Amino acid sequence: MSDFPGRTGLILDEPLLWEKGSSGRCGFSIPRRDVDPFPIDASIEGEVPDLPELSEVDLVRHYTRLSTWNFGVDTGMYPLGSCTMKYNPKTNERQAALQGFAAAHPLLPQELSQGLLRVMVELERFLAEITGMDAVSLQPSAGAQGELTGMLLIHAYHRSRNRKPSKLLVPDTAHGTNPASAALCGYRPIPVASNDKGILSVESVAEAMDDETAGIMITNPNTLGLFEENLKEIVNLVHARGGLVYGDGANMNAVLGVMDVACTGIDVLHLNLHKTFSTPHGGGGPGAGPVCVRKHLEPFLPVPRVVEADGAYALSDDFPQSIGRLHAFFGNVGVMIKAYSYIRSMGAENLKKASQLAVLNANYIKESLKQTFHLPYDRPCMHECVFTDKHQAVHKVLTLDMAKRLMDYGFHPPTVYFPLVVNGAIMIEPTETESKQDLDLFIASMKAVAREAQENPDLLRQAPTKPKARRMDEAAAARKPCLAE
Amino acid sequence: MRYLPHTAGEIEAMLGVAGVKSMDDLFSTVPENCRRSGDMNLPEPLTEWELNTLMEGLARTMAVAPGFKVYAGAGSYEHFIPHAVSYLLSRSEFVTSYTPYQPEISQGTLQAVYEYQTLVSRLLGMEVANASMYDGASAFAEALLMAARITRRRKVAVSSLIHPHYLRVLRTYFGPSDLEVVEIPRLENGRTNSSGLPETDDLAAVAVQSPNFFGCVEDLALFAEKAREKDALFVVTFTEPLAYGLFRSPGGLGADIVCGEGQSLGISQSFGGPGLGMFATRMKFVRQMPGRLVGKTVDLEGRRGFVLTLATREQHIRREKATSNICTNNSHCALAAAMYMASLGGKAFRELARMNRDKSEYLKGALAKAGLRAPFDSPTFNEFVILAPSGFERIRKMLFESKIVAGLPVVPFFPDLPHHYLFCVTETKTREDIDRLVSEIEALL
Repeated sequence: MSDFPGRTGLILDEPLLWEKGSSGRCGFSIPRRDVDPFPIDASIEGEVPDLPELSEVDLVRHYTRLSTWNFGVDTGMYPLGSCTMKYNPKTNERQAALQGFAAAHPLLPQELSQGLLRVMVELERFLAEITGMDAVSLQPSAGAQGELTGMLLIHAYHRSRNRKPSKLLVPDTAHGTNPASAALCGYRPIPVASNDKGILSVESVAEAMDDETAGIMITNPNTLGLFEENLKEIVNLVHARGGLVYGDGANMNAVLGVMDVACTGIDVLHLNLHKTFSTPHGGGGPGAGPVCVRKHLEPFLPVPRVVEADGAYALSDDFPQSIGRLHAFFGNVGVMIKAYSYIRSMGAENLKKASQLAVLNANYIKESLKQTFHLPYDRPCMHECVFTDKHQAVHKVLTLDMAKRLMDYGFHPPTVYFPLVVNGAIMIEPTETESKQDLDLFIASMKAVAREAQENPDLLRQAPTKPKARRMDEAAAARKPCLAE
Repeated sequence: MRYLPHTAGEIEAMLGVAGVKSMDDLFSTVPENCRRSGDMNLPEPLTEWELNTLMEGLARTMAVAPGFKVYAGAGSYEHFIPHAVSYLLSRSEFVTSYTPYQPEISQGTLQAVYEYQTLVSRLLGMEVANASMYDGASAFAEALLMAARITRRRKVAVSSLIHPHYLRVLRTYFGPSDLEVVEIPRLENGRTNSSGLPETDDLAAVAVQSPNFFGCVEDLALFAEKAREKDALFVVTFTEPLAYGLFRSPGGLGADIVCGEGQSLGISQSFGGPGLGMFATRMKFVRQMPGRLVGKTVDLEGRRGFVLTLATREQHIRREKATSNICTNNSHCALAAAMYMASLGGKAFRELARMNRDKSEYLKGALAKAGLRAPFDSPTFNEFVILAPSGFERIRKMLFESKIVAGLPVVPFFPDLPHHYLFCVTETKTREDIDRLVSEIEALL
């Protein structure tokens, strides 16, 4: 394995916060007390909270050690399919941390907050331009909340027309958040199977679509990394039966500058700023999931909306048909600033190039590995490709074993066992920010793992051996949950 | 472009492997009727240095400390954040990783979240906290959905003194369902009227915020009792968790679900987001709880380690039968909160909380002397309402010139309370700042 980045090294253990420190230590510079204590009624006074007491050094060592047990995009290639783990530019972090932005109170008078209102208005315009849609709300805090917003918009649209459909079509390739978001709006998700090419057929949608159906949720490119080639025909068909089309834009990174979402007829689409627009994932959030809509859904968008009048920006609640609020204030503004900075740094040409390179990288991997791993849909892919463990299963080596072994080689594993329609799925999304050298090393690692599956399968079943932790007893964790102490 | 590593030669070679002639050929499966007709119309790309200039210019238009003294709370609070916390948070292994699906190489995030869950449980006096939600408002809405799931009842009674934006978010989440929100009226003393609960046996939850939107501490034990009489769950929400460093915790007073906004715990205000949805409950309800959970276990060699657990509640397993559609949490913000709580420790957390209250009472007293009295006599934490003379709105605007934001008008939230203003003072204001605020107001009265 000498050519691969994975190595062993000195790993420092670190106890839990409350197992270190000492009563009486403090890591915080308490501000000077310059007012007298005010008496407190004993009936409301509580105990001193039971929080561990550490010095600043204790704190710094603790979290520095913990950080070294994590793998991030800055550590190495992170080809986690469907998650778009692209490089997160450092300048974006700087911009969001500027005191004028980071320290801003959300209820500042509008004349004292023009800068951020302008960032929000312009970001809305950029996202409208990129998708071709007419209006945007930046408020949803994450992709799943964007989906919920989209469902609420569709619900409000039908209600405004005195319709109460009860069902919603959800393809079998969809993310789990899709049916869960639909269910929150009281819709019964009706699964629609993809065809032998891995995409939706007009016929299967036509069969499922009826007047009781509110619409369809379509992820495009889908979670097999394939473009839904019948998209326009499906949209037309759903519209003809009175339904609306929700576009899950989680995979928009494949088609910037190529696809016009509005011209396909999609009514509402969410974007993930933390995927397509390079804001970091932060170990699982915060993200942002703006929704883009066409004209007929604009009246229902969440409030407040940023409006422009007399050359100044203001926030307005004056949209009587609005579905309401999704967030205590305006959404994850800190994330918006990073996405705005990214778009301003890239411009139209580089955004398109990013999509082209993302697709090039995925096809390069697909072609390089399809002799080694079973490729269930051997077709041109978009930004990601999906293999299976079929060839390795004969050696009793599973997707999970190969994923774990990849860690020893110094890579984050791809997404595994998703999408559900593919048995033992290995879903690889390299993103555009991986260079040819890094891809070649990844491809070589995957081939080496496949070779080991044949020659020394036990090695894979025991993997990983190099990281801080070996495989975890997840069953025990769920059987007797220990979630706090 | 510095983020795109491919050279022309590499692109050429890779296109060859992919079996196509040009970049455009990669998109052969995109039908004509889905394609853009022209290029995207976006501003020309900026260099790193041009971007700095642009963003610094925009940031300068914002009224923030230290130049501005902003006496506003209402769900977003100005607190000092130790630089050690900001510095550690910026470790790229925390910033650029994703949800810890692969525990072997995510132990940093997993242990940190487990510690967060523990510290939150302790602060709120609860048995279990999740790995966080988007913000206080959505956590509140999810708490009431959870209460409806557990009790299989359709009505929730919520205090009218819960942050009005939280109530709006709740109505949005409840919108398409048959769940019903009933508001509990307020009393003259700035607290919720415990006799104002609806006469119904179909109550899933009774919910109050403490300190409430007016800054007043609610009598949680009393509401816990009322909820129990109705066999409903007692939900407590909050916007200022620092208050629990001083006041009795909701868990100790009988809460079944405690949820709220954790921005105060070391997270930048950032114009309202990202913040931190804190969410805690009793162990007996854990399988009905939304959101991610990290649990303790051992690895193959018997060493302590941590994993995401009880995932059978979640959307990627349960799909439409999940407890919520939530996928990611606000993990990086949860990390900030854990670091912040650990940097203070118990005794300093108490002292900081006390200082917030003492400074706020100092301002309350000084304003009263100037003729701006507090109309509600219930105890408060770091914010309170005052009743101002009728010309105060003009004075407040004039004070922008002196770089002071003197409170927030209550009337946009409560139209029946004209001339009422919500003031907030935290540890970031010195006595000198407060004296200047009062003397500037007096000079204009």
